[in-house]
This record gives sequence, structure tokens and C-alpha cells, in this order.
Amino acid sequence: MADTVLNSPNIKKLSAKDFRSDQENRWCPGCGDHGILNSVQKALADMEIKKEDYAVISGIGCSSRFPYYMDTYGFHTIHGRAAAIASGVKCANPDLEVIQVSGDGDALAIGGNHFIHAVRRNIDMTILLFNNEIYGLTKGQYSPTSNQGMVTKTSPFGTIEEPFKPAQLALGAQSKFYARSIDTSIKLTTEVVKSASAHKGTSIVEILQNCVIYNDGTHALVTDKATKDDYQLILEQDKPMIFGIEKNKGLILGGNGKLIVVTIGEHGITEADVLVHDAHTENPHMHWLLSSMMAPEYPVALGVIRDVASPSYDEKMVQQIKDVQALSSIKNMDDLLNSGDTWVVE
Amino acid sequence: MSQKTKIIEREEVVIRFSGDSGDGMQLTGTQFSDTSALFGNDVATFPDYPAEIRAPQGTVGGVSGFQLHFGHQEINTPGDFADVLVAMNPAALQANLKWVKPSGTIIVNEDSFTDKNLEKAGYDSDPLMDDKLADYNLIKAKVTTLTRECLKDSELDQKSVLRSKNMFTLGMVYWMFDRPFEHTEEFIEKKFKKYPAVVDANKKVLRAGYNFAKTIEALAYNFSVAPAKIRKGTYRNITGNKATAWGLMAAAERANLELFCGSYPITPATEILQELAARKDLGVKTFQAEDEIAGICTAIGASFAGDFAVTTTSGPGLALKTEAAGLAVMTELPLVIVNVQRGGPSTGLPTKTEQSDLLQAIHGRSGECPMPVIAASTPSDCFHYAFEAGRIALEHMTPVILLTDGFIANGAEPWRIPKMSELPEIIAPIAKEGDDFLPYAREEKRLSRKWAIPGTKGLEHRIGGLEKMDGDGTVSYVPENHQVMSDIRKRRVALVAENIPEIKVKGNEEADVLVVGWGGTYGHLITAVRELQKEEKSISLAHFNYIFPLPKNTAEVFSRYKKIIVCEINDGQFAEYLRSSFQDIKFEQHNKLMGLPFTVVELKERFNQLLEEK
Repeated sequence: MADTVLNSPNIKKLSAKDFRSDQENRWCPGCGDHGILNSVQKALADMEIKKEDYAVISGIGCSSRFPYYMDTYGFHTIHGRAAAIASGVKCANPDLEVIQVSGDGDALAIGGNHFIHAVRRNIDMTILLFNNEIYGLTKGQYSPTSNQGMVTKTSPFGTIEEPFKPAQLALGAQSKFYARSIDTSIKLTTEVVKSASAHKGTSIVEILQNCVIYNDGTHALVTDKATKDDYQLILEQDKPMIFGIEKNKGLILGGNGKLIVVTIGEHGITEADVLVHDAHTENPHMHWLLSSMMAPEYPVALGVIRDVASPSYDEKMVQQIKDVQALSSIKNMDDLLNSGDTWVVE
Repeated sequence: MSQKTKIIEREEVVIRFSGDSGDGMQLTGTQFSDTSALFGNDVATFPDYPAEIRAPQGTVGGVSGFQLHFGHQEINTPGDFADVLVAMNPAALQANLKWVKPSGTIIVNEDSFTDKNLEKAGYDSDPLMDDKLADYNLIKAKVTTLTRECLKDSELDQKSVLRSKNMFTLGMVYWMFDRPFEHTEEFIEKKFKKYPAVVDANKKVLRAGYNFAKTIEALAYNFSVAPAKIRKGTYRNITGNKATAWGLMAAAERANLELFCGSYPITPATEILQELAARKDLGVKTFQAEDEIAGICTAIGASFAGDFAVTTTSGPGLALKTEAAGLAVMTELPLVIVNVQRGGPSTGLPTKTEQSDLLQAIHGRSGECPMPVIAASTPSDCFHYAFEAGRIALEHMTPVILLTDGFIANGAEPWRIPKMSELPEIIAPIAKEGDDFLPYAREEKRLSRKWAIPGTKGLEHRIGGLEKMDGDGTVSYVPENHQVMSDIRKRRVALVAENIPEIKVKGNEEADVLVVGWGGTYGHLITAVRELQKEEKSISLAHFNYIFPLPKNTAEVFSRYKKIIVCEINDGQFAEYLRSSFQDIKFEQHNKLMGLPFTVVELKERFNQLLEEK
């Protein structure tokens, strides 16, 4: 997060409207992206960061149109490379608040390499990963997160590929911050984006997003009014993992290392038996289990799943330069040019 | 230092050190060239090593060589043929004999001429025993035995003892050319500071080699090469890659910007990244990216955010960076892309030199995507042209490709150190808070847009790879606008010609033959042309560093010569480019694709042929 002045009298309180650009929005009516845009604009307005210090970087895809609709510094780059470009932005100016917007194709297929390495380096930026399990802009091909068997234009007989679970990829790359939200929940998305931004290091916010044209209803169990309470587990720090319409379902750890859904009040289970969420624990084991849960066997974990403090790449970069500068006798180019073996010709 | 029997004054001498890739020949060569430069000679060097770090021992494929040329006049090439060859094993002799001058001196490590090694090197019989080397001055030295003998009281293990045998040959050559020890002794002391036994051993063996040569009177005479008459100033030795790194840093300092280098290691460009990584003291930010694409993309991000950003690579890496280079053109961000060319296509000859990425640099992107291209021509002028690449990128708000090649990147020469105050200040068109700003509004002279750097209040804006509306920079699919923007992108690069020097011909303003070259062939071309000029031949040289756009007076210069021959280490790419630019002019060609530089001999032969043709 940018080291910006908190409570400074010079900063006037911004509203979501201040982050709206004058560009006509070209997303399809009903697209989940509209809700995400509103949430992000709200989150940015809520944070005490100067508007000119935000830089929103995207790749290619429907979601990557995002910067055009934000009245901040923005860069709509090329397919898959947003993480690399955002990394360069942050290194050039660590005071900027860098937000990368990518879809599942952009971040996990063509940009998979940049994604895992950005996470591994722990550069202080927030990656918003819109996951609709389909290629939308190219009009309906399967993505690396599409379920096996899914019929799309490039898999007319069903895909034969195992999908990625983005959180597993991130945890494998030593992710320190992983949160999840859904496009329909403005409040939750706003909150997790703010938490992600406050975290120093690479923060990933996976947003389950609905493509109304090519993959409508892919997250329906989690988002539909009738089912959502049974399929959303909203995690809160130090709170028991309870969910369900009647708020009587919880998670416990089974003897085989798997999570088990239990009902409070049945088989002698009480609230005290239910697991308590700790996003700050360094060991990623529980975060792996939570982030891997899929409906209908489990509820889908939402909110901040993992949030572990660790020095960021950019902090270490700045510190290393300072340390070397303090010890070196070379202060400018003239010093360098004349260092080492030289001789004078009279 | 020593009592010489007979001293022969020489204008210039070429020495080639060769051995197994683990024999330390690069170090030996570097020591000799540094010492010679300190002595006051002009020097040019060229390392020639295999791609494998440890190629099969004793084979021709595993031979590592280092050639150096020193003299008391201006030296422009590492020399075609060697006066002295040091061959540490039969394979080195096999691989390098063809590069020795007739009646040249050959020093061999006699101990290594075993049946097994001879067989590995492809010899049917021992060349030291038959008359194959009768025309040469052959010096047989039992280097291994003598090194071992010299260190018999040392506490070092056998392996370490044998590792110092390169110092024995260096000592021998120091005697032959009357070189002082001090520089090498200091070097040894510094390098092995933590291992006093190794310092002692190396110094002892160096002196033993020297004394051995003196005792056997290795030559019937000694060469003496007087110091060169060189322009006054402070000098240092520098390789092309180091000079490139320093030139980029100098541009950052004169532009008052921080330097960011996003790069991925690739032979023969890696040393630039390494050199920049070592310069944290000057605030250089280096980012060893996960791949070539991330190398350029991090640099583009850094450029967007206000750093002077560069990326370094070699041919295959440039191919990978192509799409992102197009983004830099579209978004009109300053960026320097350094391509240290090597033999291609594909993995090709990674450690050998070539100039075959020229058309890739000029044209190799999707769409109509013009970008300035410049080329350095000697190890030390890499500094100047890296600086120039930065100046053009920042003043014109454009990516620029700087071409060097394996030959000048690895080669070294003495360089007169400039003062930073002699270099021009670089002023990038940075937009300030309160400025009237539209992302694609332009200043008139260079048609460059302003650089509004994130963090500047009130200048929030969006850029990207989609075509943008002229002026306000919103996404535009308007057909007429694409024509306008394409024309502007072309015009912007053409306008760089107003901001670069005209081409200056070496030699007469009019002549029968104009030799045309570009980039790293300068040393060989100028040497061949000067030698022919001394013979009163009607020949001049036009050597290009500014490739795209070409200097404004190029057509006018070409019109003054009867014949023009374009010489390149490729199949004729610059010639092709010139033909498309100047359709009424006839261009002859001289090309070579062997992974090797030209030789002065072959060039003179070709030029003489052209001079004689009616």
C-alpha cells in the first residue's frame, strides 16, 4: 500500500463517483463485471490513498477493459502480461498503489508464468482475478478453470483437461494473501479489495464472475438466492466457520485430513467443535483446504482466506539499494568511469 | 627487465592463447591485454570460446581461445592471423594452426601431446615429431611438468597446482614481449585474497615461466612494441557489454531519471544485466525476469511509471519481445532494447558473432510498427551509442533498438574516459501538474506526446495497445483516425533524422569504390580501407551507426562514388534495406556467415577485385 498521508487535511474525501471515467461502458448488459467495477470504485474511494497514486494495469480480455472505466492512471496492455507490466510499475515507483486486473485466461493461461512469478516475488500489488471459467472476448472457448467435460466452441465433445484451482496455483507459488469474493456481492468485494490493498505484498482477490453470454450460471449455487446461504462460507478472522440458512452448519477437520461439513446440534456437535478461521497462520495447510472447497460437496470459501505478513520485493529492493549506497565510494558516473584500473596518457 | 639478445621493434603483434575451456585462456589473454594497455599500447581483443561451459576435454569442440592485437599505432581489430600461438593441448593446435602467420611462433605444452590427446584432437601422428610444423618457430615446453616441479613444496593439492599452469605460459609470453609483472601480481593478490597459498603459487609459476623463456631464449630475438601515440587523457580497458551498461547508466544520469533494466539472461548479452545488477550504488534497479517477455514488459511498466527503462537480449530473445515492443510503439513510451546479435537462426551459434538481426530490428513486428534502430561499432563506442539510444528514446518518446554483436560485446579495447559534463543533457517531455494534458497531444518539432507520470496530480489518463484517437487518446476504431495515427508513427521515426549526425566518409569525398558497413565490422573495414588508401587506391569507407532512420545525407554521399560495396556478417540485409531505400543505386555485396568476423586479408582481396573490374 502506498505510504500516503493518513488523515491529512489536504485530502478531500473521495467518492466512488470520483473514480468513474467518461468512457462508455462496453461490457454486456448483465455482465458480472459491472458489479465488480462498482465495488472497486467504492473500495478505492474508501481508502486514504491519493487518486493520482493509483495505477490500474490490465492484460487482454473482457475484464481487462477495466482501466478504461477507472478515472485513475491506467494501462491496458497485452494478453497475459499485466503481472509483468504491473511489476515494472511498482519497481519504478513503490509509492504507487498498483492494481492488476486479469481474467482466468489472461492470468492463468497465456500469463500463467508471469502470475506465479509475481506471486513468488511478493511485489506489493493487488491482483483482481475475475474467474468466469470461460473465454468471453473471443466468444466462448474453454479456459484453464473450466470444469472437465464442459462443452464449449473449442470442446464440442467436452473438455478433457483438468482445471486449475487458482488458489492452489497461488499457494504453490507461496502466496501470502488470497481472498475470494463474488461479483454479486458489492459489500464483500469492497471489503476484500480494501484488505488486499492494505496487505503489503502480492494480494490476490479471486472474484467469481458470471459471463451472462457464454457461461451463464456457472457460479449459480453460490450466487442464487435460494442456495447461496448453504454454499457461501464467509470467513472472518478468529470466528468459527459457520454457514447455512439456519447458521447451523460448520466445518471440522476429519481424521483423514479432509474437511467435513457438520450440523451443530447433531451427533453431539457444538459450536466449540467448529474450526476457527486464522488467515494469519503461516502454514498454508488449512488455507489450501478452505480454498479448495467446491460446491456442491462443500460451501465455497469467501472473504480473506490467507493474509500472512512478509516483506515485499519492492521494500527489499529499495532497502538493498540504500544499503549498498551507504557502503560504496562510487556516488556518480564520473566516480564509476574512473574506478578500477586506469592509466593516464600525457 | 631482462638482458635481451636481440630486440626487434615491431609495429604490432597478434597473440592467440588457446587451450581446453578449463585451461584459463580467457584470463591469461585478459591479463596480457590489460598489461599491454597499461604499458601504453593500443589493444584490441577477441575471446572465442565454446558454448559449453565444459565441453569434452581435449576435443577440438572444447577449445577456448583469446586473441589479442597490440601495437604502437591505432589498432582497430584483434588481427586476422597470429604472430604467436599458445596451444595448451593438441586440440588447440589442431583448431588454431590455420590462424598462425607463416613462420609464426607456436608455443605448445609438450606434456599434453599424449597418444590419447592426439587421438581426441584427430591427429594420426604427433605433429611435434614430424615436419608439419617445420615452417614455424616451434617452442616446446613441458608446462605441466615444470609447473608441478615449481610447486613441489606447495601445500596445494594436485588439481590446484595444475590449475596454475596458465600462469607459466603467461610468464613465457611476458618475457618474449618484455612486459612488466606488476599488474598481474596485483590481480592475483586481489582475486585470491582469501587463499594465500594460491596467491603464492600463481606468482611463483608466473615468474618460473618468465625465467624459463629467458633461459631457453625462447626466441632468437625479442619483440618490442613501443607505446602507441594516443590522445592525451585517462584511459581504461572496456568490453562492449560493459560499455553498453555504462552508456545506459550515463543516459539515466544525464536525463536525471532512475534506470530500470528488466531482462532475462541470454548469451552473449548477459554481462550487461550483470554489470547493471552490480551498480546498486548508483541506484540502478535490475529485475531478472521469468522470461524474455517479462523482461521487456517490466521495462515497459517501469517506463510508464517514469523510469528510464531498458531491456537487454540477443536475437531469439528479441523475437520473443516482439509483441511487447509493438505495445511500446503504440503507447509511445521511451524504452531501449539492446540486442547483442549472435549467430542464428534459432539457438544457432550462441557464442559466435553475426549481424543477421538487422531486418528483424527494422521490420520484425506485427502491423506498421516503426522504431528507430542504431548500432554500435567498437567495444568502447558501445558507451556512446547506448547513450544515444537513451537520448533518442527519451527525447522522442519512442522505443529504440540498439544493435551490438558478440564480437564487440566480448571484445575489449582501451577507452579514453569521458567526463560526464561532456555529455549532453537529456530532456524528456515530462508533463507537470497543472499542464494542459491530453494523452496523444503532440509537440510540433518531434511530434512526441507528453509523458504524464503516475503520481502526478490531475493527469490521470489511460493508455494501451488499442488504437487511440489522435489527441485525446480514447479508444478509436475510426478508419480515418487509424490512417492519421499510422502516418504520425511513421513521421515520428523519420523526424529522428533531424536529431542525429550526418554520415562522414573516411577517405576521399569522391572515389572509385565506397565501402559501406554498419555496426561491429568497423574495425576490419577501416583497417582494410586504410591499407588500400596507403597503396593509393581510390577507396573510401562510409560506416553507419544510425540505421533507421538513415542520416539525411546518405543518398547524396552514395551519389559521389562509382561503385558501392556493402559488407556485412549476414546474407545482405543492410544491402537489401539500402536497395529498397535508394532504388536507383547499385549495391555490390560482400557477405560471410561463419560466425566469425571478417579478416582484413579477405576484405582487401575483394576490394582489389572490385577496383580492378571495369
